[in-house]
Amino acid sequence: MTIVAAREIRNGDIVFGGTGISLLAAMAAKHINAPESVMFFETGAIDSKLEEIPLAVADSRVMYLAATSSGLFDAFTTMQNPITGKHVIGILGAAQIDLYGNINTTVIGNYIKPKTRFSGSGGGCDVASFVPRCIIFMQQEKKRFVNKLDYLTSPGHMDGSNGRKKAGLREGGPTMVITNMAVFRFDEMTRQMYLAGCYPGITTEQVLENMEFSVDVSRAVETLPPTAEELNILRDKCDPQRLIL
Amino acid sequence: MKQDKVMTLRDAIREYVKDGSHISIGGFTINRNPMAAVHEIIRQKIRNLYLFAHSNGQGADELIGGGCVSRLDIAYGGSGKYAATCIRFRKAAQEGTIQVEDYSNFQMTLRFMAGAMGVPFLPTRSSLGTDIVNIWGFPEETRAQDPKMPNKKMVVMDNPFDGWMDTAKVVLVPAIQTDVTILHVQKADRQGTARIQGLTFADVEQGKSAKHLILTCEELVDTLELRRNPDMNNIPFIHVDAVVPVLHGAYPTACYGYYDTDSTCMWNYAKYAKDDLMYEEYLQKFIHGVKDHVEFIALNGGQAQMDKIRANPERGYAVNLARG
Repeated sequence: MTIVAAREIRNGDIVFGGTGISLLAAMAAKHINAPESVMFFETGAIDSKLEEIPLAVADSRVMYLAATSSGLFDAFTTMQNPITGKHVIGILGAAQIDLYGNINTTVIGNYIKPKTRFSGSGGGCDVASFVPRCIIFMQQEKKRFVNKLDYLTSPGHMDGSNGRKKAGLREGGPTMVITNMAVFRFDEMTRQMYLAGCYPGITTEQVLENMEFSVDVSRAVETLPPTAEELNILRDKCDPQRLIL
Repeated sequence: MKQDKVMTLRDAIREYVKDGSHISIGGFTINRNPMAAVHEIIRQKIRNLYLFAHSNGQGADELIGGGCVSRLDIAYGGSGKYAATCIRFRKAAQEGTIQVEDYSNFQMTLRFMAGAMGVPFLPTRSSLGTDIVNIWGFPEETRAQDPKMPNKKMVVMDNPFDGWMDTAKVVLVPAIQTDVTILHVQKADRQGTARIQGLTFADVEQGKSAKHLILTCEELVDTLELRRNPDMNNIPFIHVDAVVPVLHGAYPTACYGYYDTDSTCMWNYAKYAKDDLMYEEYLQKFIHGVKDHVEFIALNGGQAQMDKIRANPERGYAVNLARG
């Protein structure tokens, strides 16, 4: 999952990530295909020199040798700035996702008396509202790929092709969903999720069995597994202390 | 204006934090939360606080767990790897012992900034079309009965400048003015000028949007030391009501340049927090059973543990600290 996301990051991208595998993907990209990508944290650290894995976006490790170490206001205005914002790619995770890539990180069940309470938006909604490209990490499970979200925390393509514009959001939105079984992308016209690839040994049927809604599978190809070199980079250079892997 | 604002923590909390106060605390998830002050609030059994939080992980979770909070505006309740969702916050929200209303981090930042600026709201495009706009934790009737709450959660408005900046609509988020805000900073002088090192999060906006501002600080320094480099200072004394020197005052969260997050203590907390009976034991032993932060730290390994998490002066954090 991490390597698939890392490959999606382009040189020159400003990568907005959280912690865990999204952070690992951003670190791996710098070693593999996007050495000039810039890591960026909502807490205000830009282009941190990460010698160790931070365990939160506020971990003191993100402050070391950063270009600037400011605060939330500066961070979010960098992201929503019409000039720099164009280069930002977001990486998010969620409890639930729908056909259009809208996500829920807030509650399962009723909002006032939730069955399960999650952390909430954090900066997730701010990223999703603005950035031109966004990767979403998910576990491939029926209860997570749902027809209707219990709570729409962060906007994807809303209800389809013109959805973001109608809502008043900037163009863009999610471009890719990466799970433990497969990779999805979004159709240019309908903005619906489609299956773009399965991991080696995984069938399209297996993927669909783990979703409440069905998606177009006609464009699915086998996703290339990580190379030995890519794995070495992850293990030796990104997370030698094995805090995430 | 008072030239010497130094107080004890007990007196500062007693003076400025009351039952029902609207409050915010500085820091972010596992960094620079004013933990000594949070524990003192719990010890003084202050109740019915309305807590305004962006991502105030550990501090918010302990205030909630300590039974001090009844209402909460929040963007994110998590403590990094130690708790993807803060454990006592999750329990309280699920069991309905606190009322919660959700915002995004940028929105909470703008709300504090609006309070600091003295304007009733600020606009953003964050959250258009989402349930953050549509679903309210506090209905309009509740708001109407409480003069300290704005009458609406937020308002979507057509851009009155006719599409200027390629924008059709904006979301207006209401200002926050807290009764009291508590920040932990690296350095302050007796008058209250403060210097924060590393990320400032939303501390400055929070501090300036408060009616009363309490600073706890690692080091109380001479005014001249701060004024030789005023460009490095974040909060001028005119906003500040109390200055409380508390060594390791953010512990077990980090204080950049001074000490790291204490993973041992954080994992230990997570273990206690998962079970109601064990959490009661935590409160009795670690909060009510100690008289101050020095005793709390002594229970967590004392000086030997502080030496372990001491920040490397070059890096600002403890290099190669066991954190798993």
